[in-house]
Amino acid sequence: MKELTAMTQTQDTQNRTTTAIELHDVTKRFLTPAGKVYTAIHAINLSVASGEFLAIVGPTGCGKSTTLGLISGLEKTSEGVVQIMGEPVQGIDPRIGYVFQSDAVFPWKNVLNNVATGPLFRGQSKSEARKKAREWIARVGLAGFEDRYPYQLSGGMRKRVALAQTFINEPQILLMDEPFSALDVQTRTLMEDELLTLWSSLKASVVFVTHDLEEAISLADRVCVLTAGPATVKGIYTIDLPRPRKVEDIRFDARFVELYQRIWEDLREEVLISYERNKQRA
Amino acid sequence: MNVISNEPETINGVRENAVVPSVIAARRRRRIIVNSLRVLILVVIIGGWQLLTSVGVIDPFFWGQPSGIWAQLVTWVTQGTAQGPLWEQIATTLEETILGFIIGAVLGVTFGIILGRNRFLADVLGPYIKAANSIPRVTLAPLFAIGFGLGIQSKVALAVVLVFFIVFFNAFQGVREVDRSLLANARILGANPSKLTTQVIIPSALTWIIASMHTSFSFALVGAVVGEFIGSIQGIGLMIQTAGATFNVNGVFAAMAILAVVALVTEALVTALERRLLRWRPSTVNDATI
Repeated sequence: MKELTAMTQTQDTQNRTTTAIELHDVTKRFLTPAGKVYTAIHAINLSVASGEFLAIVGPTGCGKSTTLGLISGLEKTSEGVVQIMGEPVQGIDPRIGYVFQSDAVFPWKNVLNNVATGPLFRGQSKSEARKKAREWIARVGLAGFEDRYPYQLSGGMRKRVALAQTFINEPQILLMDEPFSALDVQTRTLMEDELLTLWSSLKASVVFVTHDLEEAISLADRVCVLTAGPATVKGIYTIDLPRPRKVEDIRFDARFVELYQRIWEDLREEVLISYERNKQRA
Repeated sequence: MNVISNEPETINGVRENAVVPSVIAARRRRRIIVNSLRVLILVVIIGGWQLLTSVGVIDPFFWGQPSGIWAQLVTWVTQGTAQGPLWEQIATTLEETILGFIIGAVLGVTFGIILGRNRFLADVLGPYIKAANSIPRVTLAPLFAIGFGLGIQSKVALAVVLVFFIVFFNAFQGVREVDRSLLANARILGANPSKLTTQVIIPSALTWIIASMHTSFSFALVGAVVGEFIGSIQGIGLMIQTAGATFNVNGVFAAMAILAVVALVTEALVTALERRLLRWRPSTVNDATI
């Protein structure tokens, strides 16, 4: 470990450019209740550099969440390999954090115990876990709410609990599945800024799934557009907006608008395909 | 501008000050009316019953009489029952009920969680559980009386069987209905299978399990009393049985009144337990119930 800290400058830069997540020709099929085979994602190739913020956009129900499920190890690939830090995914990796779309905080635990859950599950002592939890509760701006139960909090506050609950484990890979989609616009912007601040201190690799292109561009280093199901990679765009960014301001930036228009061309086609399909089905 | 921006505040202030006391007063008035009507209904029923039996419209020999029931209660309290002091009868029935409830609930929760977690086992045992559940379980009472004798064991056994299935099905369902994203979240946070069970599945299923406790406790009481009907040496059920056999209708009603009090007190205890265990839930449900 000591050698690691004494790394030279060149090694450090090398380290930063190594890939954190790699998907090789990954396909995922499901068996529907009717007994048919449904292909959710098809032959996806994707890589996320260490410390990179990647956003995945695509029409609703195209397999964005499935991709996260495969990276997290919650689900297994049908074909292809998912690698994390150069090793194939086998089960749930402790270096991974996952923020869910729905409220996944435990309703029977108060804020303090919710945030302390991870360290406790990972074998830390109760006092240690609680001490750390208090720090993280303060960092997400919930100091004073330690004794509240989730039902006593607003949607935005519950999301903060979920963020603290995930960040306390100091994940090297952070998966986020439309985490802010249920929030109102003002709260969402605040949370996005909050996320950027937390991310810059943690230096984790992020895969952020969203259907909101504006959100994707404001947050990410690269935006990946998926096709309407079965999902494949349609295009990947580098977002060269400077950091640190202020989410509420950046959307008026000329470069932002330009990028938005370019990516939206791509995305719109897929959204229309998915829309037509849903209409036929209904 | 100032005036305009101030106005709504003043209006609001005036409104709140005026509205709040009148709402409180209306609420209090309503409560008084509800309580008076409750008392009135009791007076009409018991008074009418007493009146109709004393003027001879209803035969007190078959339908009893409130004053007779009261006299019977006083006799039981002061002189004891035919089979011993009154408190001993209540204690016996309570003991059978509580033992039956606890054993049945523990078994029900355990098996419910095991089968809820293990789909294979649930598929294998499913038909047998359904078959066992379809049997009216009070029919087991004579069997238990023969097998376990006239002591409390046979009543406890009957109460256990009655409680078990209710709790079992609720625990089973509760485990199956656990939110998938909560499970996924716990696994990502590092829960191993045993932590997943104790920290996520059991707390989550607890809502279902607790909801079944109210019903199952009254079923435990039914089990104890029915068991005492069939064959026993003590208990409130035996008091009812003895009174009925000697055409002592007042005795039957008096024992029923005692049972009602026992049931209400224990129900209150179960509710207190529920509030303690489910304090993480919004309290609207609890507040709405009377």
